[in-house]
Amino acid sequence: MTHSIDRLSCCFRRRENTGDSETTPLLRAPPQDPEIPLPAALHHVFPNNGPLSPSHKKVMDRYAGNKIRTTKYTFLSFLPKNLFQQLYRLANIYFVFLVAINWFPQMEVFHREITMLPLVIVTVASSLKDALEDFRRYKFDRIVNYRAASVYDWKQQDFVLKCWKDVRVGDFVKVVCNEVIPADILLLNTSDPNGVCHMETANLDGETNLKQRQVVRGFAASNCSFQPEHFGGTVVCEKPNKNLTHFKGYLAMPEKKKIGFGRESLLLRGCTMRNTDSAAGIVVYAGHETKAMLNNKGPRYKRSKLERKMNTDVLFCVGILFIMCLIGALGQYFWLGTFPSTPPFVPPDSSNVYIPPSLSGFYMFFTMIILLQVLIPISLYVSIELIKVGQIFFITNDVDLYDEETDSRVQCRALNITEDLGQIQYVFSDKTGTLTENKMVFRRCSIMGTEYCHKENALRLAALDEAESDEEDPAFPQKKVPSRLQFLKGKSAAALRRCNSARARIGVRGQAEVTLSPHSDVAFSSPLETDVAPDWRLQRITGDEAGQMEAWGRVSRIGGGACYMDFFLALAVCNTVVVSTAMHPRQRVTGPLNSSTLKSLGHIQTLLKRLGSLSHVIASLHSIPEKSGPTSPASPASPAGPPASVPAGDEVDRGGVTDSGSLNTSLEDSEADLPSSDDVPTETSANPNSDGLCYEAESPDEAALVHAARAYGYTLLGRTPDHVTVRLPQGSLLTFEVLGTLAFNSVRKRMSVVVRHPMTNEVIIYTKGADSAIMERLAKSAENQPEENKRKRIAAKTQRHLHLYAKDGLRTLCIAKKVMSLQAYTDWLAVRQEAESAIDNREELLMETASHLETNLTLLGATGIEDRLQEDVPATIASLRKAGIQVWVLTGDKQETAVNIAYSCRLLDQSDVVFTLSTASLDECNSFLDCTLEEVKRYGVQPPWQSSPRGLRGPTFGLVLEGHTLGLLFEAGLQLRLLELSRHCRSVLCCRVTPLQKSAVVKLVRDKLKVMTLSIGDGANDVSMIQAADVGVGISGQEGMQAVMASDFAISHFKHLKKLLLVHGHWCYSRLAGTVIYFFYKNVAYVNLLFWYQFFCGFSGTAMIDYWLLIFFNLLFTSVPPIVFGILDRDISAGTLLSLPELYKSGQNSEGYRHTTFWVALLDAFYQSLVCFFVPYLAYQGSDIDVYSFGTPMNTASLFTILLHLAIEIRTWTVVHWVVMVGSVLLYFIIALSYSALCINCNHPSNPYWIMENQMADPVFYLVCILTTVLALLPRYTFRVLQGTLALSPLVRARQLDMLSPQVRDSLIREWRNQESTSEAVPDQVLSSPTKPGSPTEPTVDRGLTLHKDGNEDTGNPFSPGHRRSISTMTI
Amino acid sequence: MMASSYSAKEEDGHHSGAPGPGGVNAKSRKPDNTAFKQQRLPAWQPILTAGTVLPAFFIIGLLFIPIGIGLYVTSNNIKEYEIDYTGVDMSSPCFNCSQNYSWNSTKPCTCSVAFSLDQPFESNVFMYYGLSNYYQNHRRYVKSRDDSQLNGNLNSLKDPSKECEPYRTNDGLPIAPCGAIANSLFNDTLELYYNDPNGTKIPIRLVKTGIAWWTDKHVKFRNPVGDGSNLSAVFQGTTKPVNWQKYVYQLDTDPDNNGFINEDLIVWMRTAALPTFRKLYRIIEKQGDATPTLPRGNYTLLITYNYPVRSFEGRKRMILSTISWMGGKNPFLGIAYITVGSVCFFLGVVLLIIHHKYGSRSNNADIAS
Repeated sequence: MTHSIDRLSCCFRRRENTGDSETTPLLRAPPQDPEIPLPAALHHVFPNNGPLSPSHKKVMDRYAGNKIRTTKYTFLSFLPKNLFQQLYRLANIYFVFLVAINWFPQMEVFHREITMLPLVIVTVASSLKDALEDFRRYKFDRIVNYRAASVYDWKQQDFVLKCWKDVRVGDFVKVVCNEVIPADILLLNTSDPNGVCHMETANLDGETNLKQRQVVRGFAASNCSFQPEHFGGTVVCEKPNKNLTHFKGYLAMPEKKKIGFGRESLLLRGCTMRNTDSAAGIVVYAGHETKAMLNNKGPRYKRSKLERKMNTDVLFCVGILFIMCLIGALGQYFWLGTFPSTPPFVPPDSSNVYIPPSLSGFYMFFTMIILLQVLIPISLYVSIELIKVGQIFFITNDVDLYDEETDSRVQCRALNITEDLGQIQYVFSDKTGTLTENKMVFRRCSIMGTEYCHKENALRLAALDEAESDEEDPAFPQKKVPSRLQFLKGKSAAALRRCNSARARIGVRGQAEVTLSPHSDVAFSSPLETDVAPDWRLQRITGDEAGQMEAWGRVSRIGGGACYMDFFLALAVCNTVVVSTAMHPRQRVTGPLNSSTLKSLGHIQTLLKRLGSLSHVIASLHSIPEKSGPTSPASPASPAGPPASVPAGDEVDRGGVTDSGSLNTSLEDSEADLPSSDDVPTETSANPNSDGLCYEAESPDEAALVHAARAYGYTLLGRTPDHVTVRLPQGSLLTFEVLGTLAFNSVRKRMSVVVRHPMTNEVIIYTKGADSAIMERLAKSAENQPEENKRKRIAAKTQRHLHLYAKDGLRTLCIAKKVMSLQAYTDWLAVRQEAESAIDNREELLMETASHLETNLTLLGATGIEDRLQEDVPATIASLRKAGIQVWVLTGDKQETAVNIAYSCRLLDQSDVVFTLSTASLDECNSFLDCTLEEVKRYGVQPPWQSSPRGLRGPTFGLVLEGHTLGLLFEAGLQLRLLELSRHCRSVLCCRVTPLQKSAVVKLVRDKLKVMTLSIGDGANDVSMIQAADVGVGISGQEGMQAVMASDFAISHFKHLKKLLLVHGHWCYSRLAGTVIYFFYKNVAYVNLLFWYQFFCGFSGTAMIDYWLLIFFNLLFTSVPPIVFGILDRDISAGTLLSLPELYKSGQNSEGYRHTTFWVALLDAFYQSLVCFFVPYLAYQGSDIDVYSFGTPMNTASLFTILLHLAIEIRTWTVVHWVVMVGSVLLYFIIALSYSALCINCNHPSNPYWIMENQMADPVFYLVCILTTVLALLPRYTFRVLQGTLALSPLVRARQLDMLSPQVRDSLIREWRNQESTSEAVPDQVLSSPTKPGSPTEPTVDRGLTLHKDGNEDTGNPFSPGHRRSISTMTI
Repeated sequence: MMASSYSAKEEDGHHSGAPGPGGVNAKSRKPDNTAFKQQRLPAWQPILTAGTVLPAFFIIGLLFIPIGIGLYVTSNNIKEYEIDYTGVDMSSPCFNCSQNYSWNSTKPCTCSVAFSLDQPFESNVFMYYGLSNYYQNHRRYVKSRDDSQLNGNLNSLKDPSKECEPYRTNDGLPIAPCGAIANSLFNDTLELYYNDPNGTKIPIRLVKTGIAWWTDKHVKFRNPVGDGSNLSAVFQGTTKPVNWQKYVYQLDTDPDNNGFINEDLIVWMRTAALPTFRKLYRIIEKQGDATPTLPRGNYTLLITYNYPVRSFEGRKRMILSTISWMGGKNPFLGIAYITVGSVCFFLGVVLLIIHHKYGSRSNNADIAS
């Protein structure tokens, strides 16, 4: 019987559009209409449940299989393809060019084979790297391809296990609970009687809440039993595309019927099936054509800013090379012209023909390119890659960036932009999950005007936080439990007494860490955060109330005590939370109980009129509820009283054990797999978790509220579409009949649940929502004055508490209720159903009807939920700010929440003037921009990130932007003005922005302001923004992988950004900048030796240094020290960098590597090469020295000069530096000596035999080397000394700080910071009060400039400042 | 929430380095807290300020100036006499020879140049010939040789390296020694006579061995087949370089200085680094303690003028020089050392002043200002 009703209602419900159940903007569906024509190009899927006809087969064969291949090469194609790709690189083309011209004998400088050496080395090295990477991808692909999926095989007439790769389009696939969906599947059947299933899209968008999917409605309605073998339809849908939010198509059934379906029936590959035993469907897209894979493009190749600059400088080098070669060519030409006839030392070419001077000059040009090839620092590219590998090694090994909880280090996914971390000017951050933990915690509540601050809860959370950070020893997890308890004991004995549940939690948590399994059954499985330690005052009251409950009916009706029960019942009932046990995942149904029959517009309009009159009826009915409530036997005497808590007298006798027993039986009827009813009554509220209930909520707030109610004994036990079961503190069960649910809606900002009280039979509406949405809907009129006054007092008190909560950065919700008669409800329901069935203006109509119901509410109380900020977020943001980084928050959240969080994480400050732009009209936008720009300019403030003169700061501005306004601005081309405004603002907050808008904002700032941007986020909605920014950071750990996959760096907490940027970014930048400059210098300095020699060898291209030594010089003798420098050099210690974020500005201003730096380095290189050449030249002038002996002291002196030059630049000498430096010199001598001792006849024409030995036996050699080195380094050394003495840049000052003892350093740092902060803070205080148009006591918003689409949003409280964590920022 | 995300991470396997399922036995990925990995290695962090580098400047200055003075004095003590005998001027005794002579001349032209030494040369005197504007370092010239042939390799003897082109073969016969360097061997003969005040010309004994590097003579250069007692037979089947008057086995009568190990050839083959160079020609050994090697007085240099330099406007010189531990005369090093030393010293003084004036800024107490 019940079953058949269920079936009916399920069929009934299938017609419902459930698109509203998702909160992710990315996956939010526009209202679906299956009748909208499909795109011309269609995707036909024929079911694979029998032999396909040839024409069908032809169509189906075109579709991709489910096998994925993300590798670039195959085994065979690797070599040709890889070589080809390498040749695309400019550096390799250069090498090939050199090899080619060296092949001509006229230009040959070195042996042909030797010129090929660098090419071969570079090519082989990068081939190996590519091969390894590709192999890794191959292995991953393999794992994925060989996962098992249950696929229908028409030969065996059953589902069989197949590998993922063998799944084809058209296959029927069955997915069971907790399985990953192998392909994009059109849902045709689920085990759920309502035809829904749930999937977790964490892999796609990082959201762990569940998305509901629905069996193709028409299909299920027409054919309730699903058998693959009898499926005769054809699926027609869109061609594969990467739009996750859009999917449309129809089922062409054999009986020429078309059944439309939309996105709500599509299961996406990569998502995980949850809470549904099994679901089956037909594969529509497979493999690379799935939406997930189409969205899963590899990260774009990024080039760091420094590298871009470097490349332009490489072009300068090319220019220099060109000039030098030209000089060589002309020199050769003119030199040959100076001789009256052919001299004996200019041999003819091999065919005994003398080359004419012009041709000889032409050849010489290319010869010089070969000779001076090192000028183009190809070795730099290789070295940079090595350096970055080293830098990444150190970043990933930073123990400070390690997250114990998830056992994850920071991941560097982009290997070539580490130094960009040191140059960030703008940070764009997501809010939820990035700044906050996305874990809602019930913190405080206010009931009937009394505030319960839940001190114990706060204490517990604090204690847990500390205990968490205390855990150092993951090897002995069991030991942690007692130690933590001891810790708690020490913390507060009172807290412990009240913390029974908390203790249980801790124990569970300790084990949970050990037994984390990859396949946990529940989405919301973090008991720690959701658990609440009850406020003891409140608990006593509720306990009293529960005692009164036992004597049900004898309680005085007027007493306010029962409000508490109502309050908690509201918390437990008014939600869409799905209950499941750890063992048995359970289905959940949301959505109102209505059918959707389509009605004409005219009909609706008449209905609307009726509705208008009805509202009056409802209002009047409510004022005299006694008369109009025929089905409620005992209505409350006054609306202000607690109606639901007053049961009829005869029901009292049936209460207690017998009552709950009967309730349980009825419960079992409707729900087959509820936790066994036997143990339900025996449980006590002290141990609420042993029943293993898990709450899965669409929004974490709801879960938090339900958990809070449970802490006070009001345990939500089960929820079906029709019933909600709540266990009361005494253990009895109450099952409410759910009459309707008005789902949450961002415009209404509230949700309501209409239930029928099981005992009083009253229809009760529980509403919860934003204070702005509830407060004005409270019942206005009351019969007697005292009641009225009392209510006003309560409302005022609650409002005050709400302000308090908001100030604390808590998310506030008001809880209200309303009792109405069944008749009134039925009347309303009729109207509602009309609205439901409307086609046009359906949304508005639904809203209208909803607000009709949600009037005349009785305020029960308010809750404060903390969307807990992640650890150290305010401190991190403050540090980033100090470092000159602009922080923007882009969030999909609603404005109030966003602003709230912005205050609590100190993005917005109390003293900030906040402009809010939220309007739908372009004119308003325009005038707003005009006004604010004028306003801002009146203060004449410079953009805050520019260093303004000390002590002359006006007020700081904040800008809050609404998403659709942003879209409007972009459409109207007002971006630049917006940008101009934003540059004057200290912080910008964009709320309700779509992923696309996020990336548009990032691109706008990046391209128009020409700044370095960083995006940080954790969900799929941040992916586009992460990819748009110069540096994308994904938050890993808690959420899905999508953001991480798109990111360049993945960290586990927002706070890690601080060290990542301020320390590692700074280091990487300063290291790499130093290294790049050094490489340019080194190459020029060395190669110029050869160039100067051309003036003395008739521009003939002779190298006076043996070319093996030439090659080794770059390859061995001087390569390792700069690489070590690039990896290990540390200009300032991490501690100093963290405590003085201002030092980061040097990287932002690119102080380490500018064009001037480059040219100075080049000038220095020219000078040094001149010294290195001409000192030996003058010393050996006119002597009998031979070519290669002449080159030896030059080479040696150059080596010393170049290495000691680096030594001047090195700021930290560790053992490694010493070893490498000394090793390089030793290596040079060892190789040079052994080479010239062994190479008697080799290496034509230099014949180095015994040259080195001879030179080293000559004292002049040493004298020349010493003199050369000293003279060459003298200018730079002196310059650095003067820099360190006279021009004390912040970096030098910080370095000097580093030298001091820790104590002195700390005090000096404090002093330094105080100076800066006073120079900033004092004028702030002076200026803030007179410039404020509002009252000085409320330093909030310039309201004249706050624009809203609808006026009622201006609640004020979100703009109140939050100073909760102010202490932590100052003392580091 | 946490646990559920683990299964999520396996999706499609395209993420690298994501932590694996955190089972009990899973190894923690926590980085080692070592000084190296955390970049906390003990380090020396020098800061270059006037105060810290002052000593370095003074030390360099104080070291370099004495060294420079010593070098300068040593260089000044070296006696050197140079005479240009190219014969560019009409008045020059070798003018005729220089005008007429070319590589193809068969009749030797001789001329003699008289000169006088104002000071006696006490120790061993080294006799050089010097060439100017002679680019022995020209790339293709430097390459134009076959070291293997010069090392006595028989195969190379018969089949010289391609590098020797176009001086590889002549009339079908391989050239020994091949290449442009050998081809342009300096072939002037210089003889020195002391004009005794009593009118007689006393020839001065010029030692022609020991002028090349020992390693060149004994290792790098070798005649083909053993000691070369019968060199003409060994070089059978080869021909002389185009410009040479005689075969390589006719360079000297002394078998230890003939063929490829002729020291004049070896010296020539060590190509000079700069276009103006000298090469050691002969050594005048000190006879005894009593008399100077070259006493004060008049000398005659008798030149067999074979080597043409007009084609490149070169100059030929004869140089007599004593040497010291630092080689030949060159005042540059001494002056340079003195200069650099002075500059360093001067900078040291400047820095001292700076240190006194501004050094307080780098004092610890004031850093934060």
